[in-house]
Amino acid sequence: MTGVWVVLATLALGCGIGVVRLRRDGRMRERAGDRLAEALDEGVLRAPLGERATLVQFSTAFCQPCRATRRVLADVSVLVPGVAHVEIDAESRLDLVRELDITRTPTVLVLDAAGTIVKRASGQPRKADVLAVLADAVPGLPPERPSPSHELSQHPDEM
Amino acid sequence: MRADPRALRFGAAITTLVLALVLVTGSVWLLAVQAVVFALGLAGRPPYGMLFKALVRSAPGETEDARPPRFAQGVGLVFAVTGLVGYLTGITPLALVATAGALLAAFLNAAFGFCLGCETYLLIRRLLPAAKLEVHR
Repeated sequence: MTGVWVVLATLALGCGIGVVRLRRDGRMRERAGDRLAEALDEGVLRAPLGERATLVQFSTAFCQPCRATRRVLADVSVLVPGVAHVEIDAESRLDLVRELDITRTPTVLVLDAAGTIVKRASGQPRKADVLAVLADAVPGLPPERPSPSHELSQHPDEM
Repeated sequence: MRADPRALRFGAAITTLVLALVLVTGSVWLLAVQAVVFALGLAGRPPYGMLFKALVRSAPGETEDARPPRFAQGVGLVFAVTGLVGYLTGITPLALVATAGALLAAFLNAAFGFCLGCETYLLIRRLLPAAKLEVHR
């Protein structure tokens, strides 16, 4: 009989985790301490910062949504002038992963022009959310007007 | 290597069913079978995925990287083996917790499309930097 209860409890827990995940996954949020932390620079990122903002993506090989995230961010960096997309292989930068407390891939950090972390998202962010954060955080950008037809996540996954 | 996401989801659903049956019946044999299935999945020959391929002939609309689910099958194998040890040594809490852990991961994958096993990878690497898996791109 214990087994039945374990199954029911596990499935209930699974539903709870699943629903919370669906709501939170890819949401851009402000993390306490991010704004106060030392700004990231070209030396740390091993890539130049964007003129106005930088989208830093942490990826691993064992990450399903990383490729779709790459497409979303690459698209945004093309769409919004002065925004750079930097992808970091989390495994080869474990020091940075620990320092920035990154627990999942993909994790996306939005940096302002100075390299300060403005927002972060764990899980695949939606394009409209990224654009909204950029419009909010980066002075001088036009207010975002996302068009639904631009959703790239529906495209077939190609190598 | 590419994988059919429908086959992965199907495999997760069968795994959920099997692991729930293991917990309800307490069958060590069934858990042993699931452990073998996990091992085959890790080796790149997922039995449930092959069953799906035999049943559904249509080509997938899109494919995805086969490495994350393979890694997750390895994580499932660790849980299943731990559960087996629990059942065989009579340490019931260990058996129940380990099997429930595998059930949780399979259910999240089947119902929500979340790959819990895949996400443990970075955490494992953070704790054990030496645990790098050989990845063929």
